Amino acid sequence: MKFHKEHLIEICIPVIAVILALIVGSIFIALSGKGIFNSYSALLIGAFGSKASLAETLVKTVPLIFCGLSVAFAFRCGVFNIGAEGQLLIAGVAVACVGYAIKLPAIIHIPLCFLVAIIAGGLWGGLAGYLKARFGAHEVITTIMLNFIALKFTEFLVNGPLREPSGVSPKTPHILESAELLRIIGRLNISIFIALIVTGIIYYLLNRTTAGYEVRAVGFNPLAAEYGGINVAKNVVLAMFISGALAGLAGCCEVLGVFRYFMPDISSDYGFQGIAVALLARNHPIGVLLSALLFGSLSNGATKMQVIAKTPKQIASIIQGLVIMFVAADMLVRYFLPKKKKE
Amino acid sequence: MKVVEMMGITKEFPGIKANENVSFHLNKGEILALVGENGAGKSTLMNILYGLYQPESGEIYIQEKPVVIKDPNTAISLGIGMVHQHFMLIPPLTVTENIILGSEPVDGGIFINIDKASRKVKDISEQYGLKIDPFARIESISVGMQQRVEILKTLYRGAEILILDEPTAVLTPQEIKELFTIMRVLIEKGKSIIIITHKLDEVKEISDRIVVLRHGKIMGEALTSEVSTSQIASMMVGRDVVFRIKKETIEPGEVVLDVHNVTACDDRGLPALQGITFNVRAGEIVGIAGVDGNGQTELVEAITGLRSVKSGKISLKGKEITNLPPRKIIETGLGHIPEDRHKRGLVLNFSVAENFVLMEYYKSPFAKWINLSYRAINDFAQKLIGRFDVRTPGKETLVRSLSGGNQQKIIIAREIVRNPNILIASQPTRGLDVGAIEFVQENLLEQRRNGKAILLVSLELEEIMNLSDRILVIYEGSIVGEVSGEEATRDKIGIMMTGVKGEEEKGEKCVGAETVLPFVQNDEL
Amino acid sequence: MNILDIFTWSLLTVTITKAIPLIYAGIGGLYSERSGVVNICLEGIMLAGAFSAVVCTHFTGNLWFGLAGAIIAGTFMGLLHGVLSITFKVNQIVGGTAINIFAAGATEYLIPIVFGKPGATPPLAFTFERQDFFLSKYFLIYMAFLLVGLTHIFLYKTSYGLRVRAVGEHPKAADTVGINVYLTRYLCVIMSGIFAAIGGAYLSIGESGLFSKGMTANRGFIALAALIFGKWTPLGTLGACLFFGFCDNLQSTLQGRVPIPSEFMLMIPYVLTIVAIAGVVGRSRPPASSGVPYDPSER
Repeated sequence: MKFHKEHLIEICIPVIAVILALIVGSIFIALSGKGIFNSYSALLIGAFGSKASLAETLVKTVPLIFCGLSVAFAFRCGVFNIGAEGQLLIAGVAVACVGYAIKLPAIIHIPLCFLVAIIAGGLWGGLAGYLKARFGAHEVITTIMLNFIALKFTEFLVNGPLREPSGVSPKTPHILESAELLRIIGRLNISIFIALIVTGIIYYLLNRTTAGYEVRAVGFNPLAAEYGGINVAKNVVLAMFISGALAGLAGCCEVLGVFRYFMPDISSDYGFQGIAVALLARNHPIGVLLSALLFGSLSNGATKMQVIAKTPKQIASIIQGLVIMFVAADMLVRYFLPKKKKE
Repeated sequence: MKVVEMMGITKEFPGIKANENVSFHLNKGEILALVGENGAGKSTLMNILYGLYQPESGEIYIQEKPVVIKDPNTAISLGIGMVHQHFMLIPPLTVTENIILGSEPVDGGIFINIDKASRKVKDISEQYGLKIDPFARIESISVGMQQRVEILKTLYRGAEILILDEPTAVLTPQEIKELFTIMRVLIEKGKSIIIITHKLDEVKEISDRIVVLRHGKIMGEALTSEVSTSQIASMMVGRDVVFRIKKETIEPGEVVLDVHNVTACDDRGLPALQGITFNVRAGEIVGIAGVDGNGQTELVEAITGLRSVKSGKISLKGKEITNLPPRKIIETGLGHIPEDRHKRGLVLNFSVAENFVLMEYYKSPFAKWINLSYRAINDFAQKLIGRFDVRTPGKETLVRSLSGGNQQKIIIAREIVRNPNILIASQPTRGLDVGAIEFVQENLLEQRRNGKAILLVSLELEEIMNLSDRILVIYEGSIVGEVSGEEATRDKIGIMMTGVKGEEEKGEKCVGAETVLPFVQNDEL
Repeated sequence: MNILDIFTWSLLTVTITKAIPLIYAGIGGLYSERSGVVNICLEGIMLAGAFSAVVCTHFTGNLWFGLAGAIIAGTFMGLLHGVLSITFKVNQIVGGTAINIFAAGATEYLIPIVFGKPGATPPLAFTFERQDFFLSKYFLIYMAFLLVGLTHIFLYKTSYGLRVRAVGEHPKAADTVGINVYLTRYLCVIMSGIFAAIGGAYLSIGESGLFSKGMTANRGFIALAALIFGKWTPLGTLGACLFFGFCDNLQSTLQGRVPIPSEFMLMIPYVLTIVAIAGVVGRSRPPASSGVPYDPSER
């Protein structure tokens, strides 16, 4: 394929947006009276400085990859899934049940857990898709509401029926050993490879299959898709199911690999961060890998930065919010690019 | 006295010069017709006069004084009023609210005095014979009435100069007559009018003087009484226009499409088709003539499976296709050139190649199991680009960046090459230049020669009469008459297009009107 | 237990207290959405308002300055949302999400910087709670009801209200009669920010006397839900806010007394909103142009 100027701009915009966000972020650092250079370098060291910190960065990256893919996939079908957070929680609690209650050899137990996550997350997402396709209910509103319903529901479960009797804080019991994902360093586990494989699958699915053709056609122009014989409602529900399933995988990997029990706090807003990841990646699966890594290192690095440079770690959220603004406002970013001769 | 004079107006949009050094004037008390093909720059010019666009260069004089019209407010204060082609009315608000919007009569600075407002609306309505109910909601009144609301809106603001942009496009011949009566009343009372149109018989009937635009430039100017329709037409398109296309006689074969007593609803759930029956045979072109909004869109959508049929039966080659999913109908052998190529016909953000397989991407050789074969798709695209002379930088170019004519070529190529039994062409030449129009019409005739059945729906009477073997006239969702192609005359069809009677309130709400999906369009992000 | 025990005077007063921040934010959202700008960042704006109210009160020692601080913060946040969604035509959901993340991050970030300790500010020496009427939270309560009434009159009886509705339904039509679509939307979004911020300030300086991270606890989203459930009208929104406040209150009253887990009571607003938007009981329809940036050059 030929390399077009427009492609170059497509790549430049996210990069410039990140730079602008870091610049504006440094104003906030200055406000705190801490050194800008010190803080950012502490952040870098915190994210990549040692094997252990790199591992923890990747731990934060994995759920962001899944949630980023989730949001991006729905986007490609023209559906805005703000509900990854809820889908993650529902899948997470379902996996915690299966991981704790059913005794099976690992070779069956782990795939079963993944299947349960896909179904639970998928159904929770698919519900919003169904409400849109059947009743025309806007998915942004339904998924926001479903997030809170999922949160309250899982809070109820971990406070009540699923609460570990001896536990101090409300959480489910530790899953069985047969359901645990193998850890590599620290909390980093093999789910990173699963995330990479899933990214590849999603890329292939979107760009190289008939199902992907349908999803993209519906996303770009639902009326033309319908005219071409594509079932729009089916694709909307399907896309939301897959999107929910992807978010569900994030919950699954957190429970099986990182925490090994469930509580609503296993998600540090990964579902919402997924929106940022997908936007920065311009909804491209490969881009999702990179932007998930960026936000993963930002959030892990910021924690260390708080210890080393005493700059509050919330600078990560500030930068993240700014990145979304700058990416979304590409008119603004284009302003910083060399002007095109012809409009 | 010259009430308007525009001199040397130039306006550019990305990629095109919409107006180039345009100069003309409007005299007090006259009706000036601004004519030209689609895309000739008529609307742009008027939008400049109304302050919606700023010209790159040129001067405007109102009542012989130089002015700068920087926004519609300025235009309004200079006594200019515009009735847009797409009405600028807010459906859930009342007639009065729509009319006073932006210049409301208020008490205490902010509180709307609705009594005063509606009284004034009523007064003006009576003065000009507009017959408007000030308290009706816009969404519940007819199109003709909405247009009168638009006219009243300009009069309410004290307009002396009225611009009417394609005012007859959405009207029945009966309503057009009423509009012309109103226009004459307006002139009597000292107003001046510019009417934009490309319908020459109307130009002859109503206007005093004509200004012709082509490709954004003034092509000529004349008193209406001194020129013939064909002279105006050749000025518009830049050469002599052949009004009759050569068409050999073909004996029509078996019935391909049979539509029997079909009813369906429009998007608002009101009855749009009220028992339509007709058929199309192999080797003939059947034209559907009628004023816009009389059920043409719904008819095409009902046949192609894009709208649910409430009752009746549609069959294709003897196979019933009523309410089948669109794909099943396509597979039965139906080709469809939709009326709006951007909304329906193309995925603008897909490449040329991807658009060529919109109906067949899931079939061999384009698909192998669940995988797409881009090699097959690209080969196919290359072949069609050559055969139909699609001007595109490449098969991977996004369709968005092609010209309207080339976009239409893609649709026609895609639909014809599947070799369907019936081809439904809905306004296939809308918005195209003359060259592209000829291409489209030639291809339709070619299909006819190949013994295919063709259903042609068009708002251009000329096109219908030139191409069709039989002409059906649709009015308020019913077929009200049929004439053969040879016997067809403008008058004959024109009378039928008025239907039996004028406006009647349409019947009860249909149940189960389609749900509209609110989608996020990816291009917004 | 006697079922009537639940319906006491205090149930009413507490219901109203719980509804007040929702009313401010909901009415705020109404201004924005009726003008055609979707506002899902009410939550973030409330946080910003709550925080700056505490900061300003802390440093000036005056609650009025605290309230003014909230209004300034609200203006700024509204302006930010306006710049993104009106001038830069950013997808309004995306812009709103960004502002939510940003506001949550920035307020928590600034707590230790301003007050030296992370998580929550130290309690203020005084709040509306402990002052005379004009400095009591009752003032903010009465103002909330007044706001609803004034908004209703503004929207349906005044020329500017008509213009706002027109801009939200069909901006191009408004533009052609000389209404400044951008200006109208900017003003509405800023109003939206101001009211949502006052809602936040009610929570911080009005009730708790301090700011703690994430203290709005999703009330911005419940306000959004109330706006939708109230079909984008001031009185409907008021009704929905009171009802959601009632649910919230009932939840804490019933806790431990009936076998319904409190989480299920807290779900009610969200479930009802889905029901409303899906049209099971009377479809709730947003203003026709909400969410669509206005581009006058589109032909």
